[in-house]
Amino acid sequence: MIEMVLANPILLALAALVGMAIVFGALLGFAAVRFEVEGNPLSDQINTILPQTQCGQCGYPGCRPYAEAIAEGDSINKCPPGGEDTIQALANLLDVEPEPLDAEHGIEAEPTVAFIREDECIGCTKCIQACPVDAILGAAKQMHTVIIDECTGCDLCVEPCPVDCIDMIPRKGGIQHWYWPLPNEAASDNIIATDRPSENTPEQAAA
Amino acid sequence: MRQIFDIHGGIHPPERKELADPGYVHEMPLPSKLVLPISQHIGAPARPVVEVGEAVKGGQMIAEAQGPVSVPVHAPSSGTVTAIESRAVPHASGLTATCIEISLDGSDSWIDLKGLEDWRETPKPELVERVRQAGIAGLGGAGFPTAIKLASDRELGIHTLIINGTECEPYISADDTVMQCCAREIVEGAEILAHMVGAQNIILAVEDNKPEAAEAMENAAQALEIADVVTFPTKYPSGGEKQLIEILFDMQVPSGGIPADIGILCQNPSTAVAVRDALIDGKPLTDRITTVTGMSLKKPGNRRVMLGTPIRELLNEAAFDAQTADRVIHGGPMMGFAVTDLDMPVVKITNCILAPTRTEIPSPQPQQACIRCGMCAEACPASLLPQQLYWYARAKDNEQLERHNLLDCIECGACAYVCPSHIPLVQYYRSAKGAIREAANEKVRSDNSRLRFEARQERLEREAAAKEAKRAARKAAAEARAKSGDDPVQAAIERAKAKKVSQEAEQ
Repeated sequence: MIEMVLANPILLALAALVGMAIVFGALLGFAAVRFEVEGNPLSDQINTILPQTQCGQCGYPGCRPYAEAIAEGDSINKCPPGGEDTIQALANLLDVEPEPLDAEHGIEAEPTVAFIREDECIGCTKCIQACPVDAILGAAKQMHTVIIDECTGCDLCVEPCPVDCIDMIPRKGGIQHWYWPLPNEAASDNIIATDRPSENTPEQAAA
Repeated sequence: MRQIFDIHGGIHPPERKELADPGYVHEMPLPSKLVLPISQHIGAPARPVVEVGEAVKGGQMIAEAQGPVSVPVHAPSSGTVTAIESRAVPHASGLTATCIEISLDGSDSWIDLKGLEDWRETPKPELVERVRQAGIAGLGGAGFPTAIKLASDRELGIHTLIINGTECEPYISADDTVMQCCAREIVEGAEILAHMVGAQNIILAVEDNKPEAAEAMENAAQALEIADVVTFPTKYPSGGEKQLIEILFDMQVPSGGIPADIGILCQNPSTAVAVRDALIDGKPLTDRITTVTGMSLKKPGNRRVMLGTPIRELLNEAAFDAQTADRVIHGGPMMGFAVTDLDMPVVKITNCILAPTRTEIPSPQPQQACIRCGMCAEACPASLLPQQLYWYARAKDNEQLERHNLLDCIECGACAYVCPSHIPLVQYYRSAKGAIREAANEKVRSDNSRLRFEARQERLEREAAAKEAKRAARKAAAEARAKSGDDPVQAAIERAKAKKVSQEAEQ
């Protein structure tokens, strides 16, 4: 037997390769069981990118379920509160082409917060039950109010309100949130004088 | 003689400081009304504590500090509060913010001020609290609450206090004037500040284009052994605190850090005077020296201005010629911003009001394409790569911007000044910095929302499980009773049957 193997170098090589394959296979198999990673880290990463408004506009009940769906292969353009920036970040993470926001799920809008007109509130607690982040304070037959710092602006509380006393108002605005806009670059396209749009009307140019 | 070092980059724009005749303070007549924004500093706005119609006296607190990073606002003179509403405030955005308007009665009567008998005997936390309650925020232009800088209890401690009289920006001579007129008060203030932070050395730093100020400081500093006056060559922006530390010590403040990280505290000369006035005289910060300058003014000069004075009155006092003026700038020509409404008031950070003519400071030329000449990188005093930052800012690539240390940019404008393509580089950086700051805030918010959402999900699950467990327990109990035969329903039925039987038997 040994003589035959020694006489055939190809068999020797084959035997060595099969032996190595078995050893490394066993090692890898052991490592996979021994050092198994709990949960799905990809969906966690996606979840940290999503804006956490928990608004359900994507069609899933919250950001985590959508993150899990994306990890399973759902498209990345269903999040209106996140908008372009979120799509870009998801595209970078997943190494796919960014797509424009799917208008079916809504359009990108300024962030808002809920505001309860407290005179009109009847204390029905329906908005409290609807709030995904427990940002509404109140009790049965007591006036409710929104904790502005915790409100994500999901507007899930607006619809259940029987007396329509909840408004969505812009969250940002005022000097505290203002920052310089990027400069207007329109002028930079006209590098050469002849690139500039002609000031003459076409008729004058023809004449 | 102390060794002086050089910083990377920097520029030499025309200074034009002599226009405002540094060293002489013009007193202003009492204005008819004052408009005091409740936020004249970095941090949380103060909260008004007066009501419309209330009479106030000079030095009275009209808005109290709210939160740790905040300072109060005081009435600069006596009068009546006539409005608390949103007004135009000096800010690059041109937006409005809450202001307290006071119509002055002209008597300028003040509350009784009570200073400290001996500040050396007073515990340091009380000194810090007094500085805070006096409404002092950095008067150099940034407006950071001074008490925060003094209160930091770091393990390393502060070894050197720098009184930063560099004032490197063209046109401005407010600090120059303060140094010439109030040198003794500056040194007294510096002594108090050094005592408060435990600094063993005081450096009074003056650029060499202000020889009179340097001489005045030299004379005043002789009274104090630990104080040293240092002059160094004029260059913009040597007055940035990180740049100044590099000039004086050849040491760099770590990226993202503050001077206290290497044991240094920087304060503006006017701030030192304000601290002295607050502790020795008990006088809160209600006025400041502001340079009013520019070729469209017939009487430019440094003026002692009550906070809240409308810029319009300041300009009128300086014989403003609206015909020749191009625009009015709050701050200096390098870092200031255009005033959109002349009713904006002078605030704690207003070190200069500049009214240049069209030929004096021409409007920026149209932006052209970057030719990658690299002059911006040579001019950058923070040794950054302005050109790279420009590309990344255009692409809104915040990650790369942070990696290229955008946040160490001091927005001095040297790069935009030398740019042959007239690219408004600083505006790109300011915009990108704002976007990064907002994104960071949003991140905090969204993390918070995620935690709350998860906590709620967990609670709902827990409640559902508890409900289910209760139901199961009831069911089990019912079954157990049925099995053991003492089912109350069955018993009731049997009782009814027995009753019926007995009734039938009676009949």
